[in-house]
Amino acid sequence: MSLWYALLDAQPWEMLHWDFMKNAFLAVLLMAPLFGLTSTMIVTGRMSFFSDALGHAAFTGIAIGAICGLSSPTWAAVLFALGFSVLFSFVRSRSHQTADTLIGVFSSTAVALGIFIATAGGGSFTKYNKYLIGDILSVTPGEIGMLALVLLAVVVFWVLMGNRLTLAAVHPQLASSRGVPVELVQGAFTAAVAVVVTLAISWVGLLILNSLLVLPAAAARNVSRNLKQYHGFSVLFALAAGIGGLTASYYLGASAGASISLTLAVIFAVSLCFRKARA
Amino acid sequence: MITGPHHGSCGDSCCLKLQNVSVTIGTDRILEEVNLHVHCGQLLALIGPNGAGKSTVLKAILGQRAYSGVIQFSVPGQRHRHPPRIGYVPQSPAFDPGDPVSVEDLFACCMSRRPAFLGLSREMRETVERSLARVHGEELVKKRVGSLSGGELQRVLLALALEPVPNILILDEPLSGVDVEGMATLMDMLDELRRTYDLSILMTTHDFSLLPRYADQVVLIDHRVLCQGTAEEVLSSPEFARVFHRKGAAE
Repeated sequence: MSLWYALLDAQPWEMLHWDFMKNAFLAVLLMAPLFGLTSTMIVTGRMSFFSDALGHAAFTGIAIGAICGLSSPTWAAVLFALGFSVLFSFVRSRSHQTADTLIGVFSSTAVALGIFIATAGGGSFTKYNKYLIGDILSVTPGEIGMLALVLLAVVVFWVLMGNRLTLAAVHPQLASSRGVPVELVQGAFTAAVAVVVTLAISWVGLLILNSLLVLPAAAARNVSRNLKQYHGFSVLFALAAGIGGLTASYYLGASAGASISLTLAVIFAVSLCFRKARA
Repeated sequence: MITGPHHGSCGDSCCLKLQNVSVTIGTDRILEEVNLHVHCGQLLALIGPNGAGKSTVLKAILGQRAYSGVIQFSVPGQRHRHPPRIGYVPQSPAFDPGDPVSVEDLFACCMSRRPAFLGLSREMRETVERSLARVHGEELVKKRVGSLSGGELQRVLLALALEPVPNILILDEPLSGVDVEGMATLMDMLDELRRTYDLSILMTTHDFSLLPRYADQVVLIDHRVLCQGTAEEVLSSPEFARVFHRKGAAE
């Protein structure tokens, strides 16, 4: 960390001389490949809405963890989100409802449960605000270390499972005919998303999280012709939006998470124009 | 029931044999006591109205559906228990037009452990080129799978199913979404592959016009086998007339 601090102190930009900005900047550099990679598979697997629902589940998990008196409710949230995704997959495979309907059911139930638990007995909701809006500027070096570990885990997961995940997402019948255990692979991916979403929720907040998990890949799809470009652009867009949004939030005094999301939205809009040109 | 003549070269041992295969999902009886023999080097076409259970037969053979009865494979020159390689071309219009997956990416995802998003190895590229050459599709290598025409997509899936070259090739509705000219091209290609690699081919179809020219055996099913024999025999059978005229199928 001290090396990183010294490196940024040597830069001419004033914004990078504050410790909280140094932390946030490093967090953004780690989050870009993390969200860039995760979002490619979320979008290809048509799970955009599901990852949003997972965020709600994570919030409920945090509320449960807090009510149980855990000092760091994040791990309770990870467990809850994992349970949520397993239960969802179970119900989906045994129900004739479409996935989006079931996601709506699960998502609203989870958030209602979270708010109910958080406010039961006249509790105040204020302390949960950071999970709703998030605050990347308050990220600690310890959390950055966790972020780096999560990124490493996601990269390893992608290298090992990327091909099978892609195949299972774009053509499940073809995948299973080639010996890919489609349900298992998708289940593993869902669990990975649950962990990423839950850990990220306290840094970027529930409201912003889903845009980071969807927009980089959504924009990349507009301009990519193959998987290499798709992943490359997705990470690049997440990185550009992370740095751009953080800078904008510093000078405009707005929420960093919201600034990053809006930057991504602009990138998406521009990429749409390129899609026309390409087609 | 008409019994088809045996054009295959496998003597008594058939490449693929279904005996009394039944499939029940929930309370629905999808297949009832289906018996099929696909002989070596033969093309067998499975026909029947929508919802007759054609795809279910294929899925049972592929091991994707639980069934009762016996499905037996045998490959000449190999031990009985040795499972044959099955090439499968799934029913097609499934790729999203927006998926940023090129044809060579699709091959890499199917065949290689090296992540396709890191780019393809030279070895993999050569394999893709060789596979596409089998279906005369070399020019498709960089195209996105979502942008392929019906015929092109079928050729790509066929090329995939042929790498490595299987003993049995199974195609689910390969002619749907393919224009008339493309159908003849595709069937010619299947015929050529069958001869070149001594493949047994099992396909489902809704298009009967090409059957007399290409199919050795045609089986009409509607949850159970109604009729089987040569294309001419089945297409002129009372069962065929009953099923397709009463159901009002377009063909």
